[in-house]
Amino acid sequence: MAYDKFTVLKSTAVPMPIENVDTDQIIPARFLKATERKGFGDNLFRDWRYEGDGTPKKDFVLNNPVYSGKILVGGKNFGSGSSREHAAWAIYDYGFRCVVSSFFADIFKNNSLNIGILPVQVSEAFLDKIFKAIEADPKTELEVNLPEQKITIVGNGASESFEINGYKKNNMMNGFDDIDFLQSLKSDIQAQAAKSIY
Amino acid sequence: MSKTPAALFDKVWDSHVVKHIDDGPDVLFIDRHFIHEVTSPVAFLGLESRGLKVMFPEKTFATADHNTPTINQHLPVQDPLSANQLKALESNSAKYGISHWGLGNPKNGIVHVVGPENGITLPGMTIVCGDSHTSTHGAFGAIAFGIGTSEVEMVLSSQCIMQPRPKKMRIKVNGQLGKGITPKDVVLYIISKLTAAGATGYFVEFAGDVFENMTMEGRMTVCNMSIEMGARGGMVAPDETTFNYIKGREKAPKGEAWDKALAYWKTLKSDEGAFFDKEYNFDAADIEPMITYGTNPGMGIGITKKIPSAQQIGSGKASFDKSLAYMDFHEQDNMIGKKVDYVFIGSCTNGRIEDFRAFASVVKGRKKADHVTAWIVPGSHIVEAQIREEGILDILLEAGFQLRQPGCSACLAMNDDKIPAGKYAVSTSNRNFEGRQGPGARTMLASPLVAAAAAVTGFVTDPRELI
Repeated sequence: MAYDKFTVLKSTAVPMPIENVDTDQIIPARFLKATERKGFGDNLFRDWRYEGDGTPKKDFVLNNPVYSGKILVGGKNFGSGSSREHAAWAIYDYGFRCVVSSFFADIFKNNSLNIGILPVQVSEAFLDKIFKAIEADPKTELEVNLPEQKITIVGNGASESFEINGYKKNNMMNGFDDIDFLQSLKSDIQAQAAKSIY
Repeated sequence: MSKTPAALFDKVWDSHVVKHIDDGPDVLFIDRHFIHEVTSPVAFLGLESRGLKVMFPEKTFATADHNTPTINQHLPVQDPLSANQLKALESNSAKYGISHWGLGNPKNGIVHVVGPENGITLPGMTIVCGDSHTSTHGAFGAIAFGIGTSEVEMVLSSQCIMQPRPKKMRIKVNGQLGKGITPKDVVLYIISKLTAAGATGYFVEFAGDVFENMTMEGRMTVCNMSIEMGARGGMVAPDETTFNYIKGREKAPKGEAWDKALAYWKTLKSDEGAFFDKEYNFDAADIEPMITYGTNPGMGIGITKKIPSAQQIGSGKASFDKSLAYMDFHEQDNMIGKKVDYVFIGSCTNGRIEDFRAFASVVKGRKKADHVTAWIVPGSHIVEAQIREEGILDILLEAGFQLRQPGCSACLAMNDDKIPAGKYAVSTSNRNFEGRQGPGARTMLASPLVAAAAAVTGFVTDPRELI
């Protein structure tokens, strides 16, 4: 599925300083029954966001009008647990294009990159700086510069570089995906299949 | 001529690389692809919108498990959304010529149970599925891991996925396990030592006496939970135990093909001196029956221990406190004696015949505690049939339990098997996340023996007192 190209994103951010945010929190299993990729943003963080009867929980950050933006900033080990791509879909569908954390679970990171969400891994110290800056001023903007692989806290100019492999970077900047690329390798794949004992 | 010593992981990975991309991932050929109803429909929609075919339909196997009821499977599925997903799996499989074991099929069951028991899972393979517990199949010396739906579409359309090569970790457990210590305790112990993110970025090889002496069912339980410490997957070198398990299974190679495969499988072990980015060594004698007290699988302790403090385990205080508040537990609480409302035995972690034998060994001659609701859910129809044939069902019925029908059930509570808000469950599944077993449900992960002890006493109980 096509996604928006990603180059430079400047936006306020939503802080979620909780460790081990697992994909069951991002989207609980009971909301995985769709057969199309639609409407998952409505149930993003469903049980942290709403009471059982659907009333918004006032103390949850997504329900606090002070915070908004296209960048979600999470604690260490973000996206652990299930392989459900629905978690990344829900984050994208809600309107986020970038997740910042000091550590990502592997499958979540792959899923995000595959659908056009940029996972930006920063040091614990820099993550802490981001949380403090947003705490001091919820209107703090972050600038995520993919070509330069740099994230900056706009207000105070603090910045850090981040890693992404060249192949995925190129995909993100151009809106390419792996499925098209793999189609171009059909003869190599046939040759590999011919060697297989299975 | 001397060759660089290779790890088991390297041997399997390297033989499947179609193309290496500089400053990018490897293109990895996939030998077996399992699909289920929840993570495949959007992948099929993607194929359709791009006008692509399934490249090797004979290498993909579909089974319905995540979203299926565990009672009255002969009746139409009540929930229209669930029914729709099951129908989509069936029609997509039919359209593209993929083998499909739907509800009611005698081969149906949890994907990670039916793959091995039908001989689809073999040593040296690359195996993927849109489910993180695909790591289970690593028990056979395969590279097996969970993928997202975009990757399911990649495998359907090209039989490949693109993966950065993970780092390698070896975890050795040597020595003798004590009485009542099961594979589940071994893996919960390891995760408690490494934490829920301790192996992120790594592929793990489990080695040492404890795994060498383990049954295939036990190795599957261990590899199943390697994702719970963040690992991409876990594997055990294949040996006679593996070969004996596979031989004669329906889809396993036969005759000459068997001999050829066997000769290859015998080469699948880490060479002396193979490099690992990280190694851990544990002593089997240190392992107790384990139980979790928090909301990630790394928050486990020996059942006789007290709940630690955030400081003791090096966790962030806010997240640790949030976790205990959710469970309504406190630092320094004893786990023994905590009241249990629900017991769940089943899942791809502990839904195999050995697990029900263990459960029955404690339950035999005792009665279910009155206040406990127990859900006993076999991993497949084949396991269910074994439960009946071996007389385990009689023991369960005699003790006041009932047997349900196969499926993922209360492990992820997508169907009606939800633990009510605020209730405590001892569960043999793999995740104790907030709300995992139903909104507000409180999960304590443990072995089938600990689950059985809780089911008959109604409280967290050391199973060693009952065996």
